Formats: sequence, C-alpha cells, structure tokens
Amino acid sequence: MPKDHGIGASSKRREDIRFLTGNGRYTDDINLHGQAHVAFVRSQVAHGRLKSVDTSAAAGMPGVLRVFTARDFEGVGGLPCGWQVTDRHGEVMKEPKHPVLADGKVRHVGDPIAAVVAETYEQARDAAEAVGVEIEELPAVIDMKAAVADGSVLVHEDIGTNLCYDWGFVEENKAKVDAAFDAAHHVTTLELVNNRLVPNAMEPRVAVGDFSFATGEHTLYTTSQNPHVIRLLMGAFVLGIPEHKLRVVAPDVGGGFGSKIFHYAEEAFVTFAAKALRRPVKWTCQRSESFMSDAHGRDHVTKIELALDAEGHFQAIRTETYANMGAYLSTFAPSVPTWLHGTLMAGNYRTPLIYVNVKAVFTNTVPVDAYRGAGRPEATFQLERVIDKAAREMGMDPIELRRKNFITEFPYETPVAVVYDTGDYHATMDKLVEIADLKGFEARRAESAKKGLLRGLGVNCYIEACGIAPSQLVGQLGARAGLYESATVRVNATGGVVVMTGSHSHGQGHETSFAQVISEMIGIPEDQVEIVHGDTANTPMGMGTYGSRSIAVGGSAMVKAAGKVIDKAKKIAAHLLEASEGDIELKDGKFSVAGTDKSVEWGAVTLAAYVPHNYPLDQVEPGLEETAFYDPSNFTYPAGAYACEVEVDPETGKVTICSFAATDDFGNIINPMIVDGQVHGGIAQGIGQALLENATYDEDGQLLSGSYMDYAMPRADDVPFYKVDHSCQTPCTHNPLGVKGCGEAGAIGTPPAVVNAVVDALQRAGHAHVTHLDMPLSPARVWAAINAK
Amino acid sequence: MYAFDFVRPSSVADAVAALGQEDAQALGGGQTLIPALKQRLASPSTLVSLAGIAEIRGVCLDDDGRVCIGGGTPHAVVAAEAAKHYPALAAMANRIGDPAVRNRGTIGGSLANNDPSACYPAAVLASNATILTNAREIAADDYFQGMFTTALDEGEIITEVRFPVPQAANYQKFVQPASRFALTGVFVARFADGVRVAVTGAAEDGVFRWAEAEAALSDSFAAEAVKGLEVAADGMISDLHGTPEYRANLVRVLTARAVAAAG
Repeated sequence: MPKDHGIGASSKRREDIRFLTGNGRYTDDINLHGQAHVAFVRSQVAHGRLKSVDTSAAAGMPGVLRVFTARDFEGVGGLPCGWQVTDRHGEVMKEPKHPVLADGKVRHVGDPIAAVVAETYEQARDAAEAVGVEIEELPAVIDMKAAVADGSVLVHEDIGTNLCYDWGFVEENKAKVDAAFDAAHHVTTLELVNNRLVPNAMEPRVAVGDFSFATGEHTLYTTSQNPHVIRLLMGAFVLGIPEHKLRVVAPDVGGGFGSKIFHYAEEAFVTFAAKALRRPVKWTCQRSESFMSDAHGRDHVTKIELALDAEGHFQAIRTETYANMGAYLSTFAPSVPTWLHGTLMAGNYRTPLIYVNVKAVFTNTVPVDAYRGAGRPEATFQLERVIDKAAREMGMDPIELRRKNFITEFPYETPVAVVYDTGDYHATMDKLVEIADLKGFEARRAESAKKGLLRGLGVNCYIEACGIAPSQLVGQLGARAGLYESATVRVNATGGVVVMTGSHSHGQGHETSFAQVISEMIGIPEDQVEIVHGDTANTPMGMGTYGSRSIAVGGSAMVKAAGKVIDKAKKIAAHLLEASEGDIELKDGKFSVAGTDKSVEWGAVTLAAYVPHNYPLDQVEPGLEETAFYDPSNFTYPAGAYACEVEVDPETGKVTICSFAATDDFGNIINPMIVDGQVHGGIAQGIGQALLENATYDEDGQLLSGSYMDYAMPRADDVPFYKVDHSCQTPCTHNPLGVKGCGEAGAIGTPPAVVNAVVDALQRAGHAHVTHLDMPLSPARVWAAINAK
Repeated sequence: MYAFDFVRPSSVADAVAALGQEDAQALGGGQTLIPALKQRLASPSTLVSLAGIAEIRGVCLDDDGRVCIGGGTPHAVVAAEAAKHYPALAAMANRIGDPAVRNRGTIGGSLANNDPSACYPAAVLASNATILTNAREIAADDYFQGMFTTALDEGEIITEVRFPVPQAANYQKFVQPASRFALTGVFVARFADGVRVAVTGAAEDGVFRWAEAEAALSDSFAAEAVKGLEVAADGMISDLHGTPEYRANLVRVLTARAVAAAG
C-alpha cells in the first residue's frame, strides 16, 4: 500500500485549492492606498547614444506625477552582479555598470530610458509615448564571434572589449588534454548552437514599491524566487537601504524558471520612486515587455571534441563555447556558462581529461542568465550529442557506448572538480530500456514506415549538480553570496507547527511536500503543519529557490530545526513522564518511555512549553521554536536516462514525438506525484527548446520572435503522455533526507533525446549527410536538412 | 489601448451609418483588432461592433443549394451548422485558432482583414464563393487583392458569404508552430465544371489559385496528378518559420494530400 501521508505519500497539493479557484494572491493582486503606476520608455533600437531625453511634454500630461530619467539616479548604484569569474589568465571578468535607467547609451531593444509615473497605468503609458528620445544609432553587436573580433563596435566602451572573460577549466589540464587528442584513435567533433530561450513564466513580472514616512520603512512586493537576495542586492548595492528598513515580499508567484531569481531595474525603480513621490508605485509587465526585459536563457555556440580509443573508451573532451551575456551582466549570468556548465562536462562517464573554454561575450541583446537547468542543459546537450555522433562514426550502439564508459564506483572525483557521492547509471539505463520498450522499437519503426513516416530513437543520459551549494566552495569560485538555507520551526501551544522557510515556492508545491516531512518527523497530521515563505519580515534570511535546491538544502534546514525542536520536546516529555531523557521515544505524535506503557501526547508537551507550570525550567526555556541554517557539504547529483521516439514526415519535415520515457534517480522522494509533475513540466520545456522555442535577433538587434505569434511555446498537443520512473534511488549521502532535487532534470535531459531521435530517424532513412541539426527542429529546418545534398 | 467610443448597432443600416464617422472602425469578433488595439497599433475614434446585428448571423441553404453564412457568424457556428451541407468548410472552420477564437472570430471579420495566413480566404476562393456586402455582390476571384487588401470599400460590411457546394473538397492546413495560423494551407474543391485549388499562407500577395494544379486535377483528380508539378518559390513568404522554397514544397505536398483526402 502506498503511504497516505508523510514522506513518500502522493499528498494532494494544498496550494492548488487557492490557485485553481482564483484565490491566489499574486503581486498584481496587491493594490495599495494611493498607488500610482509606472510605464517605462524602452529603447526601440539595439544600440545607440542617447543624445537627449525630453520629458517636458510628458510631464504636463493628465495624471502624470513625475518623469524619471538617468539623471534622477546619479549617485545610485548599478544593478550588481552576484558572481565574479576569474579568467584563464588570472584576471577578473569585465563588469560594466548596469544603470537602473539607461545612462548615455542604450544597449538593447527594451533597455529602459525613462519612467513615467502617473495616477493610472493608461495615463502613464500615454505620457510615455510623449517622452522625446533622440538616439544616435550605432551598429548593433549581435554575432558573438564578430563581437570579439578585432575592430568590433563595443557595447561598453569603458571596458575596451566585448569579451567579459575567457575562462579555461581546468587550465592546468589543457596541455595534457591536447596531447590526448593528438594520440587518440578517433576524434569526433561537433559544432552546435544551444538556442536562446525566453523564459515565459505564466505570471509576468510585477513590482510594487511602498514607503512609510512614519517609520522610514521601504516595502517591495515583487515576483521573486528569492526575496532575501533581492533585499540584500537592492538594499546594499543599489539604493543604500539597510536591511532592517527594507522588507521584500514575494507572495504567490506564478512560475519563475530562473527568470525571477535576478534583481531587475524595475524593482529598484518602484522602491526608489515610492519614496521620491511619497506614493506607492506599481509596475506590471506587459507580455510583450517581458520578451525584451526578462533575462533570457541559454544562447551558447559550442565546438566539442571527444577523443576515444579503439574500443570506444573516452580519452578526453575539449570544448570551446561562446556564451552570450547580453548587454549587461544579469545577477548570476557569469556563473552559468562556467561553474554550472564546465563542472558537468564529465557527465555520467569516466573521462580522464577534460578542458572547457568559455568566452563570455557582451552583445546588444537582452541580458542572458540562468534558466531552468542553467548551464547543465548546455553541458548535457553537447556531451550527449557528441557521444551519439561518435557511436555512429565508430559503428557502435549508442547505449552500449555509454554503458562502456559509465562511472560505476562512488564517490567519484571527476576531472572537472566535483565529487559525485552516489549513483547507479546502469540501473537507470536498465529501467529505461524496460519502460521505453526499446526491444519493440523495430516493430514500431516498421509500422511508421507503412505510413510513410521516418521513425527514430534517441537515448541519452544526464547528470546535474543540484542542491546548490556549499558556501565555502562557491565563495572560492567567485560567488558573492552564501548558498545555505534557513528554516524556523515554530510549534504553537496546541501542537500545530508553522515552518518559516527561506526557500520560495513558485509552483513547486513546497507547502505540501515540506509539511509531509514535518508530519513524518513528529507524527502529526499534515494539516497541522503550515509552511510560510516569501516575506523577509517573517522568515529567516534565506537564499531562495533555484538550482533544484529547495528540498535538498531548504528541506535539510527544516529537518535540522525540527530536530532541535524534537530534542527540546523530549526534555519536556521526560520531565512530564518522570523519566530519563534518553529513554524518550517520539512516534506517531506521542512521547513514550522505552519499555513501558507510559506516554504523553505531543500536544500535552507543546502546551507545557507555553504554560510551563509543571516544567523543567532549570534545564530548558519555555517555548518551542528553533531556527537552523544548513550549509550543504557537497552538491547533489540527480542523474538518469531518457528515451524519445519520433516520427518525421519526410515531405514536410514535421517531427512528432510518439513517446517519451524518463528514468531519474532523485534519491529519496518526498511526494512522488509532485516529482512526476516536476519531471513532466521539465520534459515539456525540453521539448519546447528542442522543437519549438527560439529567441531570434536580426542583425540590427531587433527581436524577431517578440510575441507568441512567432515565439512557439509548447502546447498540450505538442507533447506525448510521458512514462516516468523514479524507482532507481541511490540516496544522497550527505543530507539528512537523502534527497537530490528534481526541478530541472526534465529540462536538462530532454533536448538531446529529441535531437538524437530526429537525427537517428534521418540516418536510418539513408540521409547520411545529416549528422546534426540545431534546435529548434522546426519543420522547415528538418525539411531543409533532408533536402540539402 | 487608446480611448475610443463604442457603438453596437442592431441593423446593418445603422452600422453603415456609424462607420461613416471619421476614423470609425468595424469590429467583428475582434480576434485581430483587439490585440492590435492593446498593442496601441490602431487608434480608431469609434469601434462599431457588428455583434448585435442578428440579420448577419447564421447558416442556411439557398434555393440553389448554396451554403449561405452571415458575415457575423462565428467560426464555431459554421463548424457546427455547415457540417452536414459542406463538411470540408466546416472542418476548416473547426481548426481555426482555439475554442475561444472560434467562438468570437467571424467569417466576415476574417475575410475583411484578409490576413495572408488566414484559412477562410482559401475556402472562399477555392469554393468560388460570392461575398455579399451592404452594397453589392463580389465574386471571390475579384475580392482578394493582396496581403490585407480586399475589394471592400471604406465602411463596407460583409453581410453574407454564399458557398457553392463542391462534389468533393478538402482543406489541408500546415500550421505555423507559434501562431498556428496556416504556414501554408491548401483548399481543393472539385466541381462538375472543374477543380479549384486555393493556397493561403504561402505567398506574399496572399491567397492565390494554383492554376497548374487546377488544370492537372481537372484532367485527373488524383494526388499523383500534382506530384510532378513544380511550384515556383518566387513570391513566396520568407520568415522565421519557412523559406520560400519550403513553402513552395508545402503547396505541392498539401495539394496532393487534400486531393487524396477529398477522395
């Protein structure tokens, strides 16, 4: 019987009641007394010098309170970058200022130039159109390789280059890697593009700034995955507001996928303007505005080489990647193509020598930063594609080639500086072969052929580093933040529990799964547990949710705090039971004395803690509330194997995904239904990247796919019913729940499976010249590949 | 949106009068116009909604057996009510947009807008339909005059579209992945006096008849009849979703499939 509560139960998501009945409270639902509205004047050109910004006409229009420009932000800091990468020559990255409002130059379409605050949004927008902007247009820097060539126009003249950094990892291994390639039996080379994506959370970004003259307190309501991080970055680095005078609230948030990690100009603006105007100021992003102001994802151009011996053992990997930073450094942008990407280049395989080179490039495009997977999808895609290509070149079965190189002994220290604590890659592959019915593929292929369709099979593995991250390690790597997590477990007098977590839920279902853990630990019903998050005023300093870290790091902090609570409660129970503390056991919400029938209920102990009449005041304080901070000792390493079957229509190039199977090893699982849902969503996003999504700029820096008319999001009928399995479990060895995290796996493991399948379909049909296709595999692109001779 | 006045007349005559005001704009189902207004790409002084005019809604058969569809009839109504008279037309209507679009968008609105990737123009042109307005009747061959351009005069309202029912017909739509408009769509209609083939989504000048295919299919109504035909890429649309060559290929492939499906 599956469990019906606690760890391992598929408890229904309690938050869905409010989400599905329209009772969620999102940032846009927050309307403050006297609230004004802002509309931004955004650059319509990609690159140019701001000659003048004439606000006089706009300032006189109906309802307008004030028009702000860069001049109002003199003395205000730029938007900070949270990670400093040191390049292969030992120099720190170039870090140009990112002003709140464009100062002197505009650097991408959508760069905010001025902000009009008015009584209503429509008035603000009317007046924004009346702001006179004179721009001397400059050539746009779009192509990354051209951007770093001599003589390129510069996005930031003051740093003298468009190269943010030239990173080598591990630089000391470069000569050995080169030598291994010189000596290799076979080298497979693949050049590929990891396509730029627009995050497209269902809820666009919103920010409401408020200021109290009575108390001097600022409040920012914002669509954020990490309100404490925003408080720290905006308070300390941009506006100079001490943390005790700045509250940041991220209430219900409708999806983030990374794009709501970062500190954005609009957040700083509404906070600043609320004080300047003595009015709450609200900004609600329009969807078309989000296309040109939310940080984009991916956008790598990579050459990867794989050296193999005659038997197919991997000898070395060498990569060169151009990573687009966009026009400014977004909050965690420098870390994505480096420490979240280079460290994963070993994949699931024993490869003794690896060298990764990444050139991060400024261009006149929207800033690029972490997007679901963040660096790990880029690593997985290139590795799993080049392995498939190598198998084909060497006449080997792609699954057998992978198996031959699997890491099988743990812990395993890779040549790219991480230590996998545990895993079983043969087990997930075995399970995949079973659930995907790979034995039946040839029969299915014959059926497809009868319909005139080309069937292909793509299989790949993935590994990711999640549970981000050991603070001391990432500090050495350039992070300007700690990456622990926090929790306060507050037990009420009558026994109910409230957990204040530093993690943030924006769709993941923490309110359900975190409550399951407390329910399991104490033995009380899940509905006796409340999870509170998203408000710096009532949660301990936390780092928020990204990098599949919430249950692994935030859950561990909660377990630690709950453990302290239970330890203290046992002392109280021992006193009430007149027994020795060491003999007290907690089970099913009841403290008992081992070996006796003496017991006391959880609620009686918690009541005693707050009504301490009969109480060991000489040993413990009244009350039952504990806080813990948890800093992980290592990353976690979810891993798995994915299989995709496609049919390609050779006449039109249309790819249909017939089936998709995923086996993931997430270690222990709290709520299987929620984990299934996370994987389903990740696969849909992966299919979106592989087949549909593409943020495309023209040479002038105009975003051609700037709306849903041209930017293709996956719809329900673009994806199949998935087969997912999480029965292969090698629990994480270093966190108390043995969990690894599941939020990003689908988005990481899926794109190579789809592309491998389409290439396989074409290869089997005799189109030997098609050895690779760049995503998205649109019908036109597949048709062109088939017909290119 | 910019501010505008809004009127909802209940007769064609009142609507025509209202459209006589400067910068007045007719509003059908609003599936193109409303997004354009929200993007501030249009600034009419008055929106004249045609949704309240009962006389231009509905589907019926006339004495000549033609399917007559009121200009203000939503796609979903066409899909339901034309199905028994003209299944290929109903099936086409049933694949426009999504349910919300089909319940709001109207045949008259689609034809008046003449989006080069819309479905209705292909059906109207292939069916040799007649477009009735408050002022006159216009043959399909005279009506479509290029991308977003029609024979309609300023303020002229489509009141009805009359479709002769072919012996066999089929519409093949290959969707643009993002918008799900027709990347290319082909409507094939076989009448006693010949076959008509109309193509939408492909050409820079909007919907067009593929004369070579019509001739070949009038001789032999079989998919093989078009497979050897060449389609010139000149004049085909080039965008993020397909090259002119790709669209030319789709024209041929979809025509063959439409013929095969029409039977």
